[in-house]
Amino acid sequence: MEQFLQQVASGLANGAIYACVALALVMIYVSTDHINFAQGEMAMFSTYISWQLMSWGVSFWIAFILAVVLSFVLGVVIERVILRPLHNAPVLSIVVVFIGLLAIFNSVAGAIWSYLIKEYPSPFPKSSFGIAGVIGPHQLGVVLVTLIVLGLLFAFFRYTPLGLAMRAAAQNPQMARLVGVRVDWMLALGWGLAAAVGAVAGIMVAHIVYLDPNMMGGILLYAFAGALVGGIGNPGGAVLGGFIVGVLENMVAFAGNQIEKASGIYIIGNGEKLTVALIIVIFVLTVRPAGIFGRVVVKRV
Amino acid sequence: MTSSKKWLWVLIALAFLVPLLRPVLPDIVSDYRLFLVSTMMIAAIAVLGLNLLTGFNGQISLGHGAFYAVGAYTAAVLMDHLNMPYWATLPAAAIVCFIVGYLFGLPALKLEGHYLALATFALALAVPQILKYKWLEGLTGGVQGIVLNKPEAPFGLPLTEDQWLYYYILVVMVLLYWAAANILNSRSGRAMMAIRDYAIAADTMGIDTALYKTVTFGISAAYTGIAGALSASAIAFVAPDSFNFFLSIKFLIGLVVGGIGSLIGSVVGGIFYVLVDNSAQALSTFVKNDLGLQFDLSAYTVFGILLIVLMYLMPMGIVGGVYYLVQNLRSSMRGGRARQQAAEKQPAAR
Repeated sequence: MEQFLQQVASGLANGAIYACVALALVMIYVSTDHINFAQGEMAMFSTYISWQLMSWGVSFWIAFILAVVLSFVLGVVIERVILRPLHNAPVLSIVVVFIGLLAIFNSVAGAIWSYLIKEYPSPFPKSSFGIAGVIGPHQLGVVLVTLIVLGLLFAFFRYTPLGLAMRAAAQNPQMARLVGVRVDWMLALGWGLAAAVGAVAGIMVAHIVYLDPNMMGGILLYAFAGALVGGIGNPGGAVLGGFIVGVLENMVAFAGNQIEKASGIYIIGNGEKLTVALIIVIFVLTVRPAGIFGRVVVKRV
Repeated sequence: MTSSKKWLWVLIALAFLVPLLRPVLPDIVSDYRLFLVSTMMIAAIAVLGLNLLTGFNGQISLGHGAFYAVGAYTAAVLMDHLNMPYWATLPAAAIVCFIVGYLFGLPALKLEGHYLALATFALALAVPQILKYKWLEGLTGGVQGIVLNKPEAPFGLPLTEDQWLYYYILVVMVLLYWAAANILNSRSGRAMMAIRDYAIAADTMGIDTALYKTVTFGISAAYTGIAGALSASAIAFVAPDSFNFFLSIKFLIGLVVGGIGSLIGSVVGGIFYVLVDNSAQALSTFVKNDLGLQFDLSAYTVFGILLIVLMYLMPMGIVGGVYYLVQNLRSSMRGGRARQQAAEKQPAAR
């Protein structure tokens, strides 16, 4: 039973990370209908920036804030410079550009910081933090930090004029433009916010998966799964979906482990995590593409 | 058309004759060079497969590395466990990949554009793990992979391994290219392209879109799978981690550079990505020594920049772009009326 609780708790911690990345994906998807395949690599790059700052002697939280701010700027720049001119390009062109971004971030990070796996510190105190036997200090810290970030984002979108303008720009660009919202800049701002949230996720997860240029591959896939489960057009749903797939991931491995113990037959374990995500992605896409909370969009021919 | 066909024959004849110059020019026609050209031809077949699906049928795939892996492993397992001769593994790999591709094409029917890209992206990421799956370990050799023998020239032909490999792959490529050109030039090919251009219109014209899309997925997977099987015998080794997501990116760069929806472009694209991949070391030393930057520039930086830049400047790829430029040049020399005609003939940018 205790083992089970442990698995659920660490699933929630992973889920928090997936929720952040899923939210970043949804923010871009809602406003531009693009799926950002480079989201994971952007988060990885931000994490390296924070690592570099720390290795120059900056303390963890200062480096954290600086990296998040830099990521925000980077996100805005990418939208303005690279994606803006392609706004009405065919889907294939957009996908190709995202894959190009992915390759660039990955290889440049490898070029600057090498492909060697690096340790990444945890900012949370080791003792007197966390619940003994159920959740470790770092995992609890991750959940708290991501919940704070998600709360801030919610407040931003719900209670500030700028947040309202951004929502308007995403929902109905023409009408938003008519009432004086600068839609183009709202999209860029959305990109910046997405990059910043991704950076938070990357920095939080680096202690668990270690720092290397390919660290976000699996996480991005789970974030996609989470976003799809919740509904890729629904920010709240994507966050919940992230938590759901986080727990599900650990449950599947846990169940596989129990079955192997009980019957000695290996079916599924930690080595099949990405395969599980693949199955979730394809299952949701074919059975219920709108996800649990998404609205079915009817296309007019 | 006839003149371009003539050039194609000249090119093929040249490709067959060049390795025979080895006794005369041993330095230029070295075994290494022949092997390099062989890998280029394998790449060309793989990109051709992707082009059939993405370029001619409009279904985006970021996961063709998966079918390449299935083909390579099918060939390797058959050679390793059943002692099948290397040439007999090609049809087997083609059939297996056709079935796998067809099956993946079924859920893909419900997906369009970004969603299909997403599903295939997930497939590409998961492939190395699937290959390491414990139950398959007896077949696939797990993380270690499978070591194979390189094919040798039959009937006591006086050819080195690399020369023989070159001819073997060249013949397969020419046959596959010819088959693809014929498919595209038939009723089925026109149906494929009609679906790409306007699926609903194609449907109302009586084309069974579901059937065509799934079968195209299967054929495309079979092409890429054959390339995988060829690479297994060429490199004489398969291991799960060589079939990572970056393999699929290479196919994509081949597709984009050569030209989306251009057969000859697939060959150009395949040659291109192998060239860049192989000059990555030289590129890196160039950046370090001549430009004085402390970077290990990898081929993927070049690929990434090219992917983005080409989408701006030449969305039709290099072959399409050059064709377009030549047409423009010609029409501007001929004057106004001819220009109009040429404009009508130009392929639309997709």
